Amino acid sequence: MNKRIYLDYNATTPLDPSVREVFIGELDIYANASSMHEDGRKSAKDIHTARTYIAELLNAKSEEIIFTSGGSESNNTVFNTMVSPSLTRTSLQKAMFGGRKTIITSAIEHPCVMESAKRLEGLGFIVHYLPVDETGMVDTVKYSELLGLGDKSGIDAEKPLLVSIMMANNEIGTIQDIKALAHEAHKAGALFHTDAVQAVGKIPVDALALGVDYLTMSAHKIYGPKGVGALYVRKGVPIESFIKGGHQENGLRAGTYNGPSIVAFGEAARLAKSRLGAYEAHTRSLRNRLRDGLLEAVPNIRINGHAEKVLPNTLDVSFPGAEGEAILLMLDIIGISISTGSACASGSLEPSHVLMATGVGPELAHGSIRFSLGQYTTDEEIDAVLKEVPPVIKKLRGFSTVTHT
Amino acid sequence: MSEWLYSDVVKEHFMHPKNVLEEDESAWPCDGRGIVGNIKCGDQMLILLRIKDGKITDCRWKTYGCASAIASTSILSEAIIGMRVEDAYVLSPEDIVSKLGGLPANKIHCSVLGDKALRSAIDDYLEKNGLPALKGQENVKVICTCLNVTDRDIEDAYKAGDRTWEDLQARTKIGTACGGCKGKTLELLHELEHLYGE
Repeated sequence: MNKRIYLDYNATTPLDPSVREVFIGELDIYANASSMHEDGRKSAKDIHTARTYIAELLNAKSEEIIFTSGGSESNNTVFNTMVSPSLTRTSLQKAMFGGRKTIITSAIEHPCVMESAKRLEGLGFIVHYLPVDETGMVDTVKYSELLGLGDKSGIDAEKPLLVSIMMANNEIGTIQDIKALAHEAHKAGALFHTDAVQAVGKIPVDALALGVDYLTMSAHKIYGPKGVGALYVRKGVPIESFIKGGHQENGLRAGTYNGPSIVAFGEAARLAKSRLGAYEAHTRSLRNRLRDGLLEAVPNIRINGHAEKVLPNTLDVSFPGAEGEAILLMLDIIGISISTGSACASGSLEPSHVLMATGVGPELAHGSIRFSLGQYTTDEEIDAVLKEVPPVIKKLRGFSTVTHT
Repeated sequence: MSEWLYSDVVKEHFMHPKNVLEEDESAWPCDGRGIVGNIKCGDQMLILLRIKDGKITDCRWKTYGCASAIASTSILSEAIIGMRVEDAYVLSPEDIVSKLGGLPANKIHCSVLGDKALRSAIDDYLEKNGLPALKGQENVKVICTCLNVTDRDIEDAYKAGDRTWEDLQARTKIGTACGGCKGKTLELLHELEHLYGE
């Protein structure tokens, strides 16, 4: 194959050429955006414009956006707030959140949410990992039950303080009903956070309409640079600076502004908003063609995730009888970049926690491949993948002790 | 293309594996059959041997697993054809890894599966033919130097139901002197879980 085919957009995206241009141009705007002189004011102005674009993409106010180093930092910032003095700064907040020690998250979150939750668990919090069904949708019956535990027992610590559920899953693409989940969390007196890193730029994400308190996003998933992201914090909800030591972001995130990255992020957000409809239509049609083509050409496979409530660009497929790392490496040699939920590829002994949570079982989890498409994916690329994948599966199944023809 | 993850030998054996069992198992009559590993952990290997006058004359295999597991079995299958049974029995994972031009540390267990499957096939052959067992002849590694506990002892203990460091200490006295072998033992336990399941 002459040119490699990149179908790993959920891992990261290339820079959009227009973003790249803005990024490079901004590298010369070197002054510290916190400086009062004219040079500094120019940097600050560009950052302000970027903030506006990001706010517009999320239907938020500019002052509700905090720039961070990316999704992981944004998520950590939310969890850290739960053990900070900011949580109960006012008497009203003390009345609302004081004494609450329960966190509800889902079993399919990104590790940075899982690990943050575990850290709080180590500090004495009660953490519930909400199970999901076979399509990856969280169990709403269990959710209501968990939210109500504290009221039932009368123990304050059992009342929910924070719910953190991702909007769309990075691996299987399942999209949760965040609006309903947030509404229910609020009724129970809890704060609500959603990690929307995979959702933003792919489907409409309206922070106001969703009614969330915190929302995480990242630049490099929307054709922006790595190392920059944002946290939406609804006006009036508690928030504590995770990185201390400066007055940037109203004292909520210290560190000299990463001007070029932030400004490029803004451009990526502006483009994402203008292209959203076209993006959805483009990726969904290619994704569905890939899905149908694989179903037709490869016997005995399983499409993971929800059939309709799924990211338009994400297709997760299990190929029983073939192991994911072997599939990945064989396609890699051919020139196709994808990812797998197999344990062998992760360096651990456990396969994808996401697929295991959906109950597919270890064989399907080890044999899972994620194709994630993007704005540069073409019809020809999908044709090539449909031509190359079936023989690879056939070959690996031919070596396999597990027979699936 | 930038440098691949594994050696060229691994790549070659992964892309063009030798001696794969292509037909149905019943269509390739053999003298010894061994299968180890489990799907739950992501690897499983089957080895079939034809043996004549104490020599391995032919071999076929199947592997469910990652690239290095496939390459390990392939290179092993090449190495053992023509080998005397007792020599094949003492092949170690290190022998396979060195033939492959090295493997990353987290991939070593793939080749461990290979030598176990081979021994299991040889055991099967010897048993079926009423020949004296070679069990205990394989290379053993002393894990606990204070009390002379070997990897074989730990494997036997695992098969007897031990799952934790404390279980093993109760049975074998491993690490009850200096305790310096705990890390190595826990790694081995992990590997055994992979081989035999929980």
